[in-house]
Amino acid sequence: MCEVKVITGTSAAAEAAKLADVDVIAAYPITPQTTCVEKLAEFVANGELDAEYIKVESEHSAMSACIGAAATGARTFTATASQGLALMHEMLFIASGMRLPIVMMVANRALSAPINIWNDHQDSIAERDTGWIQIYAEDNQETLDSIIQAYKIAENENVLLPVMVCLDGFILTHTVEPVIIPKAERVRDFLGVYEPKHAYLDPDRPITQGPVGVPDCYMETRKQLEDAIERSKRVIKDVNAEFAELFNRKYGNGLVEAYNLDNADTVLVAMGTVCGTIKYVIDQLKKEGKNVGLLRIRTFRPFPKEDIKDLLKEVDNIAVLDKNVSFGFNKGALGIEMSSILKNKKVCNYIVGLGGRDIKIEDIKKIISHVEKAEDDETMWIGLKE
Amino acid sequence: MVTIAAIIYEPGNSIRNKTGTWRTFKPILDVEKCVKCENCYIFCPEGAIQEDENGNFKIDYDYCKGCLICMNECPVNAITKVREEK
Repeated sequence: MCEVKVITGTSAAAEAAKLADVDVIAAYPITPQTTCVEKLAEFVANGELDAEYIKVESEHSAMSACIGAAATGARTFTATASQGLALMHEMLFIASGMRLPIVMMVANRALSAPINIWNDHQDSIAERDTGWIQIYAEDNQETLDSIIQAYKIAENENVLLPVMVCLDGFILTHTVEPVIIPKAERVRDFLGVYEPKHAYLDPDRPITQGPVGVPDCYMETRKQLEDAIERSKRVIKDVNAEFAELFNRKYGNGLVEAYNLDNADTVLVAMGTVCGTIKYVIDQLKKEGKNVGLLRIRTFRPFPKEDIKDLLKEVDNIAVLDKNVSFGFNKGALGIEMSSILKNKKVCNYIVGLGGRDIKIEDIKKIISHVEKAEDDETMWIGLKE
Repeated sequence: MVTIAAIIYEPGNSIRNKTGTWRTFKPILDVEKCVKCENCYIFCPEGAIQEDENGNFKIDYDYCKGCLICMNECPVNAITKVREEK
């Protein structure tokens, strides 16, 4: 049926790209992403993966090459992190604007200065409004599964948008975990052969992609993009359900994962690996007779506001953990979104783990006891040195 | 109705879309001075300079965007500029 390998998150991502049988990989190495594209280079060199591997001189070029490749109808993969993702910024809009189903692994890492190679979410959060779907993985298995799912989501005719699968730098990228590697033919059956209908290279059918969008038509293209990312919510849920049926693994409803939410009056909301620590604390507290829940946001874009409103309608205390800051507002991106959709609830924001600072069990417990007594709309930085 | 990503699926649409409307300076070709070297024809990035049936070159103002590369490339200064009048 499958095999289990004890591998890092970047290897899991590379295995997923191989299983998706990608046609083109263009990448530039950047810590902590490098080992992913090194692994893929190895696969291509060994003949395990029949793909074009384009060595480029920067991440801006990597995304440009991916856009060119995807515009011909090729299944395309790349990976980046931090400053590399920031360097891609301009091209990210072009990928989504041209509605190209590129999949990218993002090894979440803090942005300079000061130079910091460790984990937080500032890099991908800064790309929030580029029109990319963003999935945040909790472990290495989810990284592999999400990249496979990402192709099915991106290539869906109702979506046609690029997807970034984000995993916490070092915490996942460089930590080994047992990962179930599905059989290639089963993944092939799940994904099918990518047959682009809107963008492909055919000399007998010349088309113009990425033309000038004059004021007469530009706004309509933006509304189309917004409608597509809204439609992707349904597709992400369906893909998650179909994946669960075939591979026996599921991640909440695809958009959010509820953990111990029933009857919990205090709920933590977070993304990525910190959710593992939170689940551990919740289990501990449960033994002590305390009922705390977790709402893990798996897709930050599209933002699952309907599911969040529904799941948190009975909850009194909401603590939102953010590994990023919107400077000048003293809140993280997730905290801002939660406050905007839960107007009549107490929502407090906790800035945690910036630049790889550990988020300890005591920190989670501190957040829980703080939010229970806090006023609405408070923001607190956790783990700051005096 | 805008197509997905505003992709243009049929060739030849540039014939319908006149691109010479945003010109600031208009190049004027003096046929008397022209030595038919074809420099303007070769360098025009818009393909807006054509040869007529008499072998003379003329500028198609429906597509000339007024970049004046032709004027700069003309070895005999047969092309001059005037401010475009709207």
